[in-house]
Amino acid sequence: MIKTDILIIGAGPTGLFTVFEAGLLKLKCHLIDALPQPGGQCSEIYPKKPIYDIPAYPEILAGDLTTKLLEQIASFQPGFTLGERAETIEKLEDNTFIVTTNKGTKHHAPVVAIAGGLGSFEPRKPPIPNITNFEDTGVEYIIRDPEMYRNKKVVIAGGGDSALDWAIFLTDVATEVSLVHRRNEFRGALDSVDKVQELKDAGKINMITPAEVTGILGDKKVTGVSITKNGEEKITLEVDHFIPLFGLSPKLGPIANWGLDIEKNAIKVNNALDYQTNIPGIYAIGDVNTYPGKLKLILCGFHEATLMCQSAYKRIHPNKKYVMKYTTVGGVEGFDGSKKEAPKAVIKKIE
Amino acid sequence: MSDISIKITDRNGTLHKIQAPTDMAMNIMEIVRSYELAEEGTIGVCGGMAMCASCQCYVNSNHKLPEMSPDEDLMLAEAFHVKDNSRLGCQIHINEALDGLEIELAPES
Repeated sequence: MIKTDILIIGAGPTGLFTVFEAGLLKLKCHLIDALPQPGGQCSEIYPKKPIYDIPAYPEILAGDLTTKLLEQIASFQPGFTLGERAETIEKLEDNTFIVTTNKGTKHHAPVVAIAGGLGSFEPRKPPIPNITNFEDTGVEYIIRDPEMYRNKKVVIAGGGDSALDWAIFLTDVATEVSLVHRRNEFRGALDSVDKVQELKDAGKINMITPAEVTGILGDKKVTGVSITKNGEEKITLEVDHFIPLFGLSPKLGPIANWGLDIEKNAIKVNNALDYQTNIPGIYAIGDVNTYPGKLKLILCGFHEATLMCQSAYKRIHPNKKYVMKYTTVGGVEGFDGSKKEAPKAVIKKIE
Repeated sequence: MSDISIKITDRNGTLHKIQAPTDMAMNIMEIVRSYELAEEGTIGVCGGMAMCASCQCYVNSNHKLPEMSPDEDLMLAEAFHVKDNSRLGCQIHINEALDGLEIELAPES
């Protein structure tokens, strides 16, 4: 069981900055995120895109913002449960919470802060009618263990980096790798495209473009797929695995069943006070919440995180007196023993 | 600068005749969100960077639209339910030449 003061669901910019504000109050944080890396949308969807409305940064790339936030919070030693989705929440008699992930990891905290953005990122499933019948029996939307493709025939569909990178990787594992995409052009990084070209020329990747996988064949498990090429007869390709890699899209997911007030795919909070939800002790901050006048901006998430932490402190230490201290005055004392503070003024007499 | 009229068929098949401003640098995806014609969180997920295809729409009138950028073209190549008249709403900027435009929102995916 992982124990912490504030359990943060979502490791996007808002969740990450929460660690800093909590740290100033000497509260420890642990973050859960369905993605394998921190940063949320900033690292998953648009790491190379510039953001222009982060105060004091005239321009910063979304990926760099994530890096800077991680640097800023490092001394507060946040814990991470990455690649797992927060699935269930249980309120104990002492008003603390246990949050369990889809992989069974349990987290115990007196305060839960949902900073889940638009939800957890789930793979986009192509609209092939019988596709759900083959999940776990030959259709995989995410490659978790490349070894399962050893000596198998696989077909990958998609045109982005993950489709290209896995096609390249699996040529060394699978007996046969086919790549199906609706265009001859690919959206991935240039060197990946070049590498795939090389492997295609060497006969190691069977390129089928412009085409689309439109059917899955098999009884209990995948035995083949049917592929439609523009304006041609359908062809059948014998394969053991079909791997559609069409990126991820965010879904609110299990959080929607936690008994929280939901409106327009977002969690209603008390914005007059502390961004608490209808369940005391559970807060929602950043893009995942809604209130009159809500704006889904990173800078608003930072503000919400800051106020939320003050409220969390009072919940965790109901009888302790505290007033907010400026970092310029109090410095930043990390949990790792580090201390950052303003340099002392030098006093020198003028003769 | 005046408003233009646009016909938008939502994902439930309901037709909406709406007015869109030409002076706010808005695009079709944003117009749909401003009128709440699609559920929040199911459209404009990437914010309008042609990186998610959640604002895919079918253009049913003969208006001359801006050329597709390679980004939009390749994003549509990975989208679902794509037709010949598919576009990403976030890449169609509202201007006076689009008066009378008729579009239909593609299914959520």
